Amino acid sequence: MFPIVKKRVLNPTVTYMEILAPHIAKKALPGQFIMLRINEDGERIPLTIAGYDREAGTITIIFQKVGYTTYALDLMNEGDELLDFVGPLGIASEFDGMKKVCVVGGGLGVAIAYPQAKALHDLGAEVDFIVGFKNKELIILEEEFNNACTNLVVMTDDGSNGNKGFVTAALEKKLAEGVEYDTVIAIGPLMMMKAVADMTREKKIHTIVSMNSVMVDGTGMCGCCRLTVDGKTKFACVDGPDFDGHLVDFEEAMARSRMYSTEEAESMKKHECRLTGGAK
Amino acid sequence: MANMRLDKNKIPEQDPQVRAGNFKEVALGYTAEMAMDEAQRCLNCKNQPCVAGCPVNVRIPEFLSLVAEGKFLEAAAVVKSTNSLPAICGRVCPQETQCEALCVRGKKGEPVGIGRVERFVADYQMEHSVEKVEVAPSNGHKVAVIGSGPAGLTCAGDLAKLGYQVTIFEALHTPGGVLVYGIPEFRLPKALVRREIATVEALGVKLIPNMVIGKSTTLDELLQEEGFEAVFVGSGAGLPNFQKIPGENLLGVYSANEFLTRINLMKAYDFPQHDTPVKVGKTVAVVGGGNVAMDAARCAKRMGAEHVYIVYRRSDAELPARAEEVHHAKEEGIIFRLLTNPTQIFGDEEGRVKSMEVIEMELGEPDASGRRRPIAKKGSEYIIDVQTVVIAIGNSPNPLIKSTTPGLECQSWGGIIADEETGKTSREGVYAGGDAVTGAATVILAMGAGKKAAAAIDDYIKNK
Repeated sequence: MFPIVKKRVLNPTVTYMEILAPHIAKKALPGQFIMLRINEDGERIPLTIAGYDREAGTITIIFQKVGYTTYALDLMNEGDELLDFVGPLGIASEFDGMKKVCVVGGGLGVAIAYPQAKALHDLGAEVDFIVGFKNKELIILEEEFNNACTNLVVMTDDGSNGNKGFVTAALEKKLAEGVEYDTVIAIGPLMMMKAVADMTREKKIHTIVSMNSVMVDGTGMCGCCRLTVDGKTKFACVDGPDFDGHLVDFEEAMARSRMYSTEEAESMKKHECRLTGGAK
Repeated sequence: MANMRLDKNKIPEQDPQVRAGNFKEVALGYTAEMAMDEAQRCLNCKNQPCVAGCPVNVRIPEFLSLVAEGKFLEAAAVVKSTNSLPAICGRVCPQETQCEALCVRGKKGEPVGIGRVERFVADYQMEHSVEKVEVAPSNGHKVAVIGSGPAGLTCAGDLAKLGYQVTIFEALHTPGGVLVYGIPEFRLPKALVRREIATVEALGVKLIPNMVIGKSTTLDELLQEEGFEAVFVGSGAGLPNFQKIPGENLLGVYSANEFLTRINLMKAYDFPQHDTPVKVGKTVAVVGGGNVAMDAARCAKRMGAEHVYIVYRRSDAELPARAEEVHHAKEEGIIFRLLTNPTQIFGDEEGRVKSMEVIEMELGEPDASGRRRPIAKKGSEYIIDVQTVVIAIGNSPNPLIKSTTPGLECQSWGGIIADEETGKTSREGVYAGGDAVTGAATVILAMGAGKKAAAAIDDYIKNK
């Protein structure tokens, strides 16, 4: 069993947790993920490792309430225990030779992009970190983000923080200003990663995306997470999750991400009572 | 005097119409009378050909004689002395190509139903006796076993009996390997697998789930930092092969591993009570002709599919599945499209599977495998409407251990190179067996390999 040692509600839809798992904390690197299962009936879901503390033996996960499992996870509190917690899985991100990097995080991707920005910043790279939120109220971890980069750009969809637009607009502006990046790292919704990859393709800027596919085991056993990269089938769990954004077939990945949309809705409905404590 | 009836006692089964709608076990097992009657068909041959046909050398005539006399618990003890998982073997071993293939009674009539009697004694023992497991005094030596499938469980059990402190590391959340994620409930009840595993744990074996060797820790760390003196790798063949045809990444195309794991391990048949879904349309095509293909097809039927096809490129005679499984599948209404091979899969505008193009095949000269090579008949392509395609054309070993263990030599296709008699690999103190070495094979062969490796590890540590 894996106890939740810290929980912070970052905003109404995003939660931060530290889980005690010393053997994973000992090994974890930016870009890797864990698989978790809440209870005996539970689904196995992958979550990117948002941070780790090797001394305290904890792994940080930051998740958005999107489906039944993440809603149920959000109902758990400090002291509660997760039944299963496996990792670190996937190949760690490669930062070799990166000197000037733009890390773009959209949606929940902001939290997942954070360890990448921090790692690059710690390695001495110049890091522009662009993050985006729907509105000012939803902005999270601003201080942490600020400490993990050279320049932080916070965008809001509605402009309520005075900086209106998607993260891609901010990247476009940087590129238009003539900022030369050796690498762009994009993490977030498939649409956003595709838009970033399309933008950097013309300029031939090396672009890395982090593929958050549907997974069952997360160890290469089922092939559920497969995607096409440069015309070849790859498994996000063991070959990734980082891939060259210019080579990923995003159309296919987007279709595959919708595989269980009806079942996800059904599961939410079925468990509405459990999730709302019978309030509904 | 032996019972000279020519045919085996039939094993009672659930009616095909009924069982195609449930996940309960198909074969119901012998009664005590049937088991005794069947055991009395054994001639007690002096040279015991059946024993040589068993990968773990169960003393077959000896246990059959005891069953014939009604001494079921004594019979179980004989079986268990060389086979630590008899209730499983009695159900899923291909006896027809092993012990029973060599049975003298098979020369004229049917061989003795050894598997069915084995199953009976194992079940009888589980029901009627609280097994007293003696924990051997510790010899102070630690051995790590990677994988809790049949190879790992057997190796761990044998080493524990010799006094070793054995720890099994399992990547998934539930132990059992292919016995729990692959083989469906209706062929191998999971409660039974849990009991067999509990027996191994009772011997003092420690089982740690959620540990992916190669990721959570490495084989070298086990040897150098964790104090293990030897490691047995029984990590199975878990990496699914695909056909590499257009449309294989469409929504609704599953590897057999994914399809079976969702249903068996994650209990998708009980969605949404269990949280993992699986999508099974009205028409399902399973590509392949092995036991895994039969399992997937029969699961699809039980999940409510109206038409389920087995699409296999060779003919009936070459089907690699056990005859019994093919027979069961046909009884349950699975449609066999033999000498047929998929060429591409088509999707709708959302990317969901809507049909599959197949081509007719004919058999040419035998290939390297000794089976006649299937050749496509030009221009014979046609389309079948399907919503789900399950690819069951085999698995390769997972590369996680190979890629994180320097000096561990492997075949080009990924199998770990290990000595057939001892499981010894190119790395000192590292032994391997089961599907990780052979590629996808059978439960009993994996158990045989685990057994040999346990003996070799014992030798190695004693003489170090």
